Amino acid sequence: MHRFANPTRFFRIANAVLPVLAVVSAGLFASGLYYALFDSPADYQQGDTVRIMYVHVPAAWAAMACYATMALAGASFLIWKHVLADLAARAAAPIGAGFTLISLVTGSLWGQPMWGTWWVWDARLTSVLILFFLYLGYIALVNAFDDPDRGGRAGAVLALVGAVNVPIIKFSVDWWNTLHQPASVLRMNGPSIAPEMLLPLLLMAGAYFSLFGVMMILRLRSLYAGRRLRQLRLAAASE
Amino acid sequence: MSPFLAVIARDLRLARRQGTDIAMTLAFFVVVVALFPLGLGPTPDLLARIAPAVLWITALLAAMLSFDRLFQQDSEDGGLDQLVLSGLPLALLALAKACAHWLTTGLPMLVLAPVLAISLNLAPDSYATLVATLALGTPVVSLFGVVGAALVVGARRAGVLVALIVLPLLIPVLIFAVSAIEAAGAGLPVRVHLLFLGAILAGAIPLAPFAAGAALRQALD
Amino acid sequence: MAQLSPAPARLTATDIAVARGGRPVFAGLSLALAPGGALRLAGPNGGGKSTVLRVVAGLLSPLKGRISWDGTAITDDPGAHARRIAYLGHADALKSALTARENAEAALAVAGRASPEALDRALAALDLQRLADLPAGWLSAGQRRRVALARVVASGCPLWLLDEPTVGLDAASVGALERAIADHRTAGGMIIAATHIALDLGAGDASLDPGAFPWTAAASAFDEALV
Repeated sequence: MHRFANPTRFFRIANAVLPVLAVVSAGLFASGLYYALFDSPADYQQGDTVRIMYVHVPAAWAAMACYATMALAGASFLIWKHVLADLAARAAAPIGAGFTLISLVTGSLWGQPMWGTWWVWDARLTSVLILFFLYLGYIALVNAFDDPDRGGRAGAVLALVGAVNVPIIKFSVDWWNTLHQPASVLRMNGPSIAPEMLLPLLLMAGAYFSLFGVMMILRLRSLYAGRRLRQLRLAAASE
Repeated sequence: MSPFLAVIARDLRLARRQGTDIAMTLAFFVVVVALFPLGLGPTPDLLARIAPAVLWITALLAAMLSFDRLFQQDSEDGGLDQLVLSGLPLALLALAKACAHWLTTGLPMLVLAPVLAISLNLAPDSYATLVATLALGTPVVSLFGVVGAALVVGARRAGVLVALIVLPLLIPVLIFAVSAIEAAGAGLPVRVHLLFLGAILAGAIPLAPFAAGAALRQALD
Repeated sequence: MAQLSPAPARLTATDIAVARGGRPVFAGLSLALAPGGALRLAGPNGGGKSTVLRVVAGLLSPLKGRISWDGTAITDDPGAHARRIAYLGHADALKSALTARENAEAALAVAGRASPEALDRALAALDLQRLADLPAGWLSAGQRRRVALARVVASGCPLWLLDEPTVGLDAASVGALERAIADHRTAGGMIIAATHIALDLGAGDASLDPGAFPWTAAASAFDEALV
């Protein structure tokens, strides 16, 4: 942890990793989308609509991974007070919100042919929607203060409170859903998955996670530059 | 008097002196509940069907309006520094604030809700459960409110922000409370719903003050 | 290093560095205060006078440095340190809806220092008896400042931290404050006051300008923490 705490060293490594990660991500997206769209079987029940799953499911996974990253970075910021941890948490939030949005939109696109409506209060969709709300709250909170450190610390506490609450929210939504669920609605995923469907799913998951890495580095660089600029301007003003 | 009780006594005394603050929160509760029959039409069946949700959602919204009393004024007039310098651990300070908030907001709503429920034609079997869910749920609302209010000390647009960050966290309370009341109305057992609410409260009592204390610590720096 | 009296120091701050909002305020500041001692914080706006008070009070954590009381770091027991301190900030911390007396009573009760006799004496010392039962919202700015000062005087805390205590005070009230400070010091109390007017803290007081401890290259090891 502390080995990477020096921003100069961190960005030297990150800048070296960035092009590799970008190429990996592009390659995984190309191959994953090829398999997902052309070289995988249609579902016996869902037809070609199942192909939306390959875009949708990994996005939801990446969205949750972003939240975990945000909470862990927030915790490290509170413990070690290192600015890179704060920047990492801030960097992860909009990326996670973006993945959450992709997941919601693709879920809705999938729901239209499957359910005959753009939105159903399905337990999974509802949980993801609430995750989106948590991201919005976090982003609003960290940007609501004049002092960036203050915003970062408040955000870190909120991310941790949210992390404790996510399982409770998920559980309560499942509970709510079983109480109110109309019996005929098709579940999004069957219990098992055919191997030829698993390959594109895993490729796409790898693509999303490497894209997450690429965007994290890019956002960290820009957030760091912003902080640096602020510091230099303040220093120049107090000369 | 211990500092913990002194903080509660101070907030209660302030609330009594600035009585309009509480009255406004409760008036909001009443007015918004009254809007539903006006918007939906006075059909007794429909109102009875939505009464649990209307009462709980309105109670949550009214509570959101009351959170700015918790720390905002104290932070603006320097009172927060004095509270911190009482030497009371910040988690206990937060707990005292939550107690005072519940006594001045949750408790009055608990008393008002059954009366409003009559106007919404709530099923007769549901009243005891309504009160039970409020008794278990509103303390959770106060505890989460203290966390949210501590997080937004010094923020721009703090009032809207606190609602945005606290409401999603209160979704489980809403779900279990409303399903309990609905179950009671349908003659189904309510025990398990209430147990879940109780479990959330039991978790929130130690954890929320801890988180709020951490948030206050950050707010001072 | 402001060495104030031959008596051994009770409060010491060593090599304090503080940043606020990503901006260095000062670095390498040290101070020491013995029982009965007084320290005046002077200097221009933005020099960090209020920050020194908040750091000594434990309200603000310094980036670097150590503050101790009788040799024990204040971070070892923040609650105990908080109870030693009567702090008067920029704001008076008065609730308009409560009377002057109720305001002081509530604050002292919260601090676990409720003493009706001490409060009566303090209100008398600041010539507030006739105003004590009026709502604080009815008082003028200077009167409100006096109520806040009465709270400090009545607290019986050994260390007073006063941020611009004379704002809004008339000459008579400044005199009353000076007498209260003298009594406090005679009883072995200590005081740190940020003020830019000629408030007489009594004999043997020292002066410190936090702005004279600028953030220099020597402190650049902290630049990273400030990014």
